[in-house]
Amino acid sequence: MQAASPHNQHQDQASGTPKVGLFVTCLIDLVRPRIGFAAISLLEQAGCLVDVPQSQTCCGQPAYNSGDDNHARALARNVIAGFESFDYVVVPSGSCAGMIKKYPPLFQGDPAWQQRAEALAARTYELLSFLVDVRGFRPKGVTLHTSATYHDSCSGLRQLGVEAQPRALLASVEGLSLTPLPGHDICCGFGGTFCVKYPAISNAIVDEKARDIEDTKADLLLGGDLGCLLNMAGKLHRRGAATRTFHTAEILAGMGSGPAIGEEG
Amino acid sequence: MSLTHPESATSSRADNPFAIPFDERVREALDNKSLKIAIDRTTNTARVKRAAAVASWPGFAQARDLGKRIKDHVISHLDHYLVEFEANAIRSGAKVHWASSSDEACAIVVDLCRKAGAKSVTRSKSMLGEEIGLPHALEEAGITRVETDLAEHIVQLAHDRPSHIIWPALHRTREEVAELFRTHHHRPQNSDDIESMVASAREELRGRFLAADVGISGANFLIADTGAICTVTNEGNAELTTTIPRVHIVTAGIEKLVPSMPHALVLLRLLVRSATGADLTQYTTFHCGPKRPGDRDGPEEFHIVLVDNGRTKMLGEGLEEMLRCLRCGACMNHCVVYRQIGGHAYGGAYPGPMGSVITPVLDGLDKAHDLPEACTLNGNCQAVCPVDIPLPTLLRGWREKSWREGLEPQVVRQSLGLWSFGARHPFLYRLGTAIAVRGMRLLAKQGWISSMPLASGWTRYRDFPKPAPRTFMEEWKQHQNKKARSQA
Ligand code: SF4
Repeated sequence: MQAASPHNQHQDQASGTPKVGLFVTCLIDLVRPRIGFAAISLLEQAGCLVDVPQSQTCCGQPAYNSGDDNHARALARNVIAGFESFDYVVVPSGSCAGMIKKYPPLFQGDPAWQQRAEALAARTYELLSFLVDVRGFRPKGVTLHTSATYHDSCSGLRQLGVEAQPRALLASVEGLSLTPLPGHDICCGFGGTFCVKYPAISNAIVDEKARDIEDTKADLLLGGDLGCLLNMAGKLHRRGAATRTFHTAEILAGMGSGPAIGEEG
Repeated sequence: MSLTHPESATSSRADNPFAIPFDERVREALDNKSLKIAIDRTTNTARVKRAAAVASWPGFAQARDLGKRIKDHVISHLDHYLVEFEANAIRSGAKVHWASSSDEACAIVVDLCRKAGAKSVTRSKSMLGEEIGLPHALEEAGITRVETDLAEHIVQLAHDRPSHIIWPALHRTREEVAELFRTHHHRPQNSDDIESMVASAREELRGRFLAADVGISGANFLIADTGAICTVTNEGNAELTTTIPRVHIVTAGIEKLVPSMPHALVLLRLLVRSATGADLTQYTTFHCGPKRPGDRDGPEEFHIVLVDNGRTKMLGEGLEEMLRCLRCGACMNHCVVYRQIGGHAYGGAYPGPMGSVITPVLDGLDKAHDLPEACTLNGNCQAVCPVDIPLPTLLRGWREKSWREGLEPQVVRQSLGLWSFGARHPFLYRLGTAIAVRGMRLLAKQGWISSMPLASGWTRYRDFPKPAPRTFMEEWKQHQNKKARSQA
C-alpha cells in the first residue's frame, strides 16, 4: 500500500479549520493518556479543531486478527458511526489507523455499510503522516538536548508508508540527535495478541530488538505505536537497560522532559 | 549399499512432528543455542545479499509485477497449459504421469523405479519430493537413496528433516556438520575448511552417483510450449542426477507451469535474486525428453510426474495467490518468527510464512492451526516476496477459518468475546477500564508491574508500566467539564 496522499478529497471542504476526530486507542486510554493529550496539542497547533467522541472504545483489531469477524464487524460499526461526522479521523497509532482502513472488506455483501466504511477509511490517518502529509506541519520552538533512536512499527511502515514523516518532524526538535537503529524496520515481536499467545517466541524477538537498541547507546527510544513501545520498554526495563521510551508525539508536543514510559508515579 | 545412520535412527518424532504440540516444538527450538547461531549465519547473509541484489536491479519492481502477472495468468488457465505441456512433453519422448495425492505420486515413482530394476536411486533436492514424502516412500520400498545435494546429504546422515526450502541443513552449524562427517565419512577433514568438507562429501558420494539406476529430480519450471523442464542448483547436483542414470523421473507440482521460455527467464531472475542474492544460479539446466539417437548423454527414459496434492483445492479456497510461490525462501529469511524457531518447529515440509499458509492445506488445519496464529502479521514477508503473495492476508484467512471451526482455545475465544462485548458498550467499557487501571496500579512497584495475573505471558519476560491514575477518557471528560464551566 502507498503512503497517504497529501491531496485528500476532504481538504477543500475542510479548508480553514478541519474538524478532526481523535481516535485515542485502547492502550493510550488505559496506560498512557499523555500521548492522547500530546496528539491533541499537535493537531491544534496544526490548525485543527479536535474532538474525542465518547462512543469510541476499540478499533476491533484483536478480534479481526484472531479471525473473529463478527465481533470485528460490530466494533467497526461503532467506530464508523462515532466518527462519520468528522473531516478526518486521526489516530496516534499506525496499527489502529491501518485497522480502520481494513474495514471495507468486512462489509462485503452489505453495500450501505461498505460505503460508509470506505468513506471513513479514506479520511483516516496516522497522526504523524497527517501532520506532515495533510497539514504540512513542523513543530516550532521545541527543544530537547538528548540522543534518540527510532523504531518503525510494522503497520505504519508497510501499510501506511509512515517512515519519512516522523524523522522530518523530529528533525525540527532543537538539540535532539537521532541515531539510526539497525533493524529499525524489523518487527519487535509485539503483534497484538501474538505476544501473549506465543510469549516465548515474542520474547526471543524483543530480546534481540532490545539488544540492538542498547547497542545504539541512545538515551531515548522513540516510536509511533504504543503497543510496540510497551513491548520494547518492558523488555528494556527487565534487562536493566537505561534507555527511556517515549511516543514520538510526546517529544514533538514538548512533553519530552516529563516521565518516560514506566516512570509515572 | 546404504549410508550408515547414527544409532538414534528415525524416531517417531521425525515421522510425525505434529504429534508434539507446537509450543513444545517451539520450546525445543528456542532452547537450542547452536540452532540460533546456524539460523543467524545463513539468513543474515541471505538478507544482506538479497537487499544488495534488489537495490542494484532498477527493474526489480517491474519484473516483480510481471512475474506476478505471469503466474496469475497460468494459474487461471491451468487446464489449458497442462494439456499443452503434456502434449509437447509426449512429443519430445517423455512419459507423463498424473498424481492427485502424495501417496499416488510416491506410488508412481516407486513403481517406475521397480520397473527399471533400480536398487539405487540418486535424488536431487526438490521441495515437492519432501512434500510428498518421497524419501520415506523409497526407503519403505527398500530402494537405496543417495542424495546428491550436499545439504540433503547432511540431512540424510543425521536422519533429520530439512528445515529450509533453499538450505535444507540450515539448522546445522558448520561445526556440527564437520562432526557428522567425521563419524560417517571415510576421509577425515577439517571443520574450519569448507572446501575440505565438500571434498570429503564428494569423495564419499561420487561413486554412488555413477552407480545409480534412476535419477529423481524436481523442476523449477515446466515450460508448456516445448514440454521442457528447468532446474536450478548451485552444486550441479541436478545434472548428476538427471544425465547419468538410465532413467530420469521428474516430480513437479502443477503450479510450476509457465507458457514459454521467456516467461521462465523472468521468473528465474526473480527466484534466484530473492533466494541467494546471486544474479543467476551456477547451474540452470533445461531438459526436454530422453536421449535421442546421436545424443552423447542423457537418460533413456524420461518420466514426468505432475502432482496436484491439494493445489486445485487451493484454487477454490481463496488460496490461489499462494500458487504463485517460486519457493525462493525470502519470506522465511525475513520472518522474525522463523529466525527464532527455525524450520522444524513448523512441523510440515514447508516452513516460514509460506509454510504456514500451505501446511494447513497439506496436513489439515486441525493439526496446523497454530502456524497461521504464530505470526505477528508484520507484513515483511509480503514486502520481500518476489511475486507479491499477500501472506498476512492468507494467514488471517486461516485464522478466520479456525475461529469459525472453533479450533482456537476456549480461553482465547472467551476472553476475546468478553472484550468485544465490553467494547460494544461504551459505558460498560469506560467503567471496566477505569477499574482495570486502578487494579493494575496496585500491582506496580516503582513504576513497573513485574507480575500480573491473566497476563503472565507478558510479565514472564517483560515488565509492564504502571498505568496513569486515570484513563484518558476520564481525564478528557474532566477537562471538557472544566472548559464548559469556565465558558458558562
Ligand atoms: S511465498 Fe514468496 S517469498 Fe516465500 S518462498 Fe514463495 S515466492 Fe518466495
